[in-house]
Formats: sequence, structure tokens, C-alpha cells
Amino acid sequence: MIRVPTDLDRRFREVAAAAGLLDVAYDLTDSPVGELLVAATDLGVCRISYQPESALDVLTTTFGMRILRVPERLDPVRRQLDEYFEGRRQTFELDTDLRPLPDFQRVVLEELVRVQYGEVTTYGGLAGRIGRPRAARAVGGALNRNPVPIVLPCHRVVGASGSLVGYAGGLDRKRALLELEGAFAPPLS
Amino acid sequence: MMEVVTIPPFERFYEEHRDAVFGFLVRRLGRQRAEDAFQDTFLRALRAYARLEHGENLRGWVMTIASRVAIDDSRRLWQGTEVPDIETVDELPSDAELREMTAELPPKERAAVVLRYGYDLSYEQIGAALGSSSEAARQAASSGVRRLRRKEIR
Repeated sequence: MIRVPTDLDRRFREVAAAAGLLDVAYDLTDSPVGELLVAATDLGVCRISYQPESALDVLTTTFGMRILRVPERLDPVRRQLDEYFEGRRQTFELDTDLRPLPDFQRVVLEELVRVQYGEVTTYGGLAGRIGRPRAARAVGGALNRNPVPIVLPCHRVVGASGSLVGYAGGLDRKRALLELEGAFAPPLS
Repeated sequence: MMEVVTIPPFERFYEEHRDAVFGFLVRRLGRQRAEDAFQDTFLRALRAYARLEHGENLRGWVMTIASRVAIDDSRRLWQGTEVPDIETVDELPSDAELREMTAELPPKERAAVVLRYGYDLSYEQIGAALGSSSEAARQAASSGVRRLRRKEIR
């Protein structure tokens, strides 16, 4: 069986992206917290996933069927993530595409970005910052469905008692990210 | 009741059928021409993909596109109707060169320039790929080229 030459395959992917025919371009990348799927639309990063196998289908229902792996398109994202994991970057300079999210979740995530590297806040604290002091639980839900973890740092939000509480990527990852940032990492509750 | 076969993400569709399509085009057109036809086939498929209504027999669907591309290609060669523009008389620039050269162009112009001068697609094919008319594709490519020339002079 004749196989497509690697170079031709790469060219097709790049032309498809350059021609503006894709809903989403994605790539897979290694990190200290496991393999990540990173994906972007023309507007910005739309997904970072700890579950690369199932992420494609979810992206399809959210953004459309025309999804293709185009590593070149994700170069800036991969580079900034690498720098972050090497301790050389504290803030991400990346646009995000949060169009599909409900308004409340977008407000929560936009406020979340202001929690600085190395700091933590609580669900209640974040609720207060968006003027909804009683909505700690809803804030927790919004963070749990954060489509762009790490870049939108939901790992910096912990329980009122200082325990890690929850993380869609698992508590081990949340702890690893907080340790990397030199933030106080309390024991697992 | 008929069960509707769901449409896979384009990546899975492409991975599943790319070798078969390439093999078919190599047998029909030879190695050299198969490369362009391959790009053309999957660009057309990508363009039509959002309009698919079910995922049944996608192999047959993409092979149909590939055969049409192969027929067009042979006909063009046979009739010798492809008269190169002045710009295309020169050898095609390498892929890396072209990508670097066009990096600063607006996306549509960049795509048109790359498809025209890097892949030697016709304006009709480029228009189809970009979702515009062949005339709009021609304008995008020529305005891209003008922009590049201005840059060279500076």
C-alpha cells in the first residue's frame, strides 16, 4: 500500500489552515502533567484537554466537524506552555475563544485570569470578586468546566479551608501546578 | 428505521482515507501529478464536509471527488489549456520559502498566493477552496503579489 509522503501530508494540513477552511486546528503536546490536546480557532485557544482521546468529539459538537491536526498553528501555545512548565513564564499572552460558553461562566473565567501566578483564592472569594458573594458553588461548577485550564488558571482556586477540593484534571495535577508556581500546596483532604 | 451514521471529525476521516486516495491518484496520474491532485481532493472534501448530512460510505464519497479531480487533471493536460501566467513561468518556489515570504499577508491573500504559486492550483480551484468566486481568488492573489513586491522594494 502506498502511503502519503510526510511532507505532502504536512503541506495539506497547512494549506487547509491557511485557506481558512478549518473550524478548529489542534495538536498534542507532552507536559509534566501528562499529554495535552491544545486546540484553537481563528479567534484563539478554545481547548486544552487532559483527555486527548475524547476531546476531539467534544470539539466537534461545539465548533464543527472541520477539525484537523496542524502543529504549526499551535506553535505559540506550545511554546508558552513549555516556558510555563520550565518556570520561565508567569502569564500567558494568548487570545482565547470562549464564545460557546454561557455568560456567567465567561464572567467567572475573565475574573479568574486576574488571580496572579503563585497566588490562590477561594471559590467564595472569586464569587465575591464578581459581585455574587453567595454563588461560590456556581463558581465551582463554572471552573470545573473550564475549557482552557492552565492558561485560565482554575487550579489557583481552592476551598475555604485551604484544601484543594476539586479539579477536572485530577487533584494530583492541581497540586503539581500549584507547586510549580510556588504557591502553598496544602495536603490532600 | 435507518440508523444515521455519524460524521467523524475531519481528522479521523482524513487519516482513514488519505493513503487509499493517494494510492488511487498515483495509479491514475503518476507520482508527480498525484501530489497536487491529492491536495485538491482533500481541499474539496474539506470544503464540502460541513454540508454532509450523514457519515455513510465516506470512502466512496472521497473516491468520487478524487476521480473527478483526476479526470480534470488529465483533460487539462490533454488539451494543453493551462497557459502559465508570467509569474508562473519561473520555477515554483519551495514551500518553506513561500511560507516565509507570505507570512505577513492578510490570511485570504496569503492563502490565494500559496495555493496559486506554491501548489499551482487554478483560480477556479482556489475560489472553491476559499469559498469565493474564481475572480475574487484572482484578485486576492494579485493583490497579495503586489503587496509582496512593495515589500521587496522597500
